[in-house]
Amino acid sequence: MTTVDELRAALPEPASAWLADASARVAADASALRTLFPGVGRRCGRGPLSIPEWTVDDAVRVLLLVAASDVDELPGLYRYGDAAEKRAVLRGLSFVDGSVLGLELVADALRTNDTRLVTAAMGDYAAEHLDDSAYRHGVLKCVFMGIPLAAVAGLDRRTDDELVRMMRSFAAERAAAGRTVPADLVAFVPELSGEDS
Amino acid sequence: MRIFDPHIHMSSRTTTDYQAMYDAGVRALVEPAFWLGQPRTGVGSFTDYFDALVGWEPFRASQFGIRHHCTIALNPKEANDPRCVPVLEVLPRYLEKDGVVAVGEIGYDSMTADEDKAFAAQLALAVDHELPAMVHTPHRDKAAGTERSIAVVRESGIAPEFVVLDHLNEMTVKMAKESGCWLGFSIYPDTKMDEERMVAILQEYGTEKVLVNSAADWGKSDPLKTLRTGEAMLAAGFTEDDVDLVLWRNPVEFYGQSGRLDLSEVEIATEFEGNSILRGARK
Repeated sequence: MTTVDELRAALPEPASAWLADASARVAADASALRTLFPGVGRRCGRGPLSIPEWTVDDAVRVLLLVAASDVDELPGLYRYGDAAEKRAVLRGLSFVDGSVLGLELVADALRTNDTRLVTAAMGDYAAEHLDDSAYRHGVLKCVFMGIPLAAVAGLDRRTDDELVRMMRSFAAERAAAGRTVPADLVAFVPELSGEDS
Repeated sequence: MRIFDPHIHMSSRTTTDYQAMYDAGVRALVEPAFWLGQPRTGVGSFTDYFDALVGWEPFRASQFGIRHHCTIALNPKEANDPRCVPVLEVLPRYLEKDGVVAVGEIGYDSMTADEDKAFAAQLALAVDHELPAMVHTPHRDKAAGTERSIAVVRESGIAPEFVVLDHLNEMTVKMAKESGCWLGFSIYPDTKMDEERMVAILQEYGTEKVLVNSAADWGKSDPLKTLRTGEAMLAAGFTEDDVDLVLWRNPVEFYGQSGRLDLSEVEIATEFEGNSILRGARK
């Protein structure tokens, strides 16, 4: 799992400077997040970081949440956020201290059909906190939407017989319809590779 | 002819309109937050609308090669409804979004005390968020309303070049020009202003700081009135460069003051939160 220090070290200089100033403001008053959070992309950039799967705006927003250290702000940031802000709140859940309030946000994101949000929802926080049923359905939804399972956290320890059954059933349904079974799914349930798709 | 419609309510328009606008040369537009015909009854109705203005509608526009920006505000009419006024408290969140290029539409409808309060409060927000302001001048008692709007703008301390006074006509253009604000004109099929009268105003007052819009919405209106005005200007002897100034460079300069205008190549997106507006079979 990526750490706060790794994110901080990977930021380009102008973004670091902006973050230092903004962090001081949100540490003094967490409600400053409400107006600092939306503009991060145009102030710091949106390019990729050297850490795989991370962009400058995602990292800066997560580090702002860490600096503010006030989970009460999270629901409002998510509710009023555009897609980029929502994604950052979801990614931030595993970096800010505890609380089960993130479950509602993850549930909301998993109801959408926006691959950006579903992907962010199935991160480390979901692996840690989702109940078995919600976790299995989240994984299945990723397969259904074509989200690579490499992006889903916790599969190695949270895969159980029921999830394998659901995957196998999904593969059978695809096969019956004459459609291809996603390669990810074949890798996940190795015995499928022998079956005709 | 490249066209930037600085005021059009696309949420009320069809995909056929988007296609016709693209074919006419429209490549960018601004959709101001306004009322919906049917009155709203609470803050949630506004925030869902604002979410669409920064989410779904730009996505829809992008499918037709048109760049969509918006303005956000509590409009003057609904500023009189105590159930709607608390939306002012969530505006600071929206005024920081990437696609928001001004505070608007603000101003007067019936010139009530409640409208005074909302107008002044939102001009202050424009200053705080370093955004231009779009001021709707009232349809009834327009001259007095425009005069009062100019006075409120002056008292607010916002720079006049950060303000557009919209829906102007022959009665109000002179005082608006003297105020130093930008001059907005809405070209409608029957009301407000038509393209021939617009050309006459341009001949008398010049093309500087003039914005021409269709203000097309859910009423009888025409999203191609910008093009028609450009054609009328050419027919009256204005140059291609004059038309480009009025229909493209002026709105780019005015909204560009926000620092958030994005006119890079529009990508043709195909889905928004999993929903496509393309109907029929896609395998």
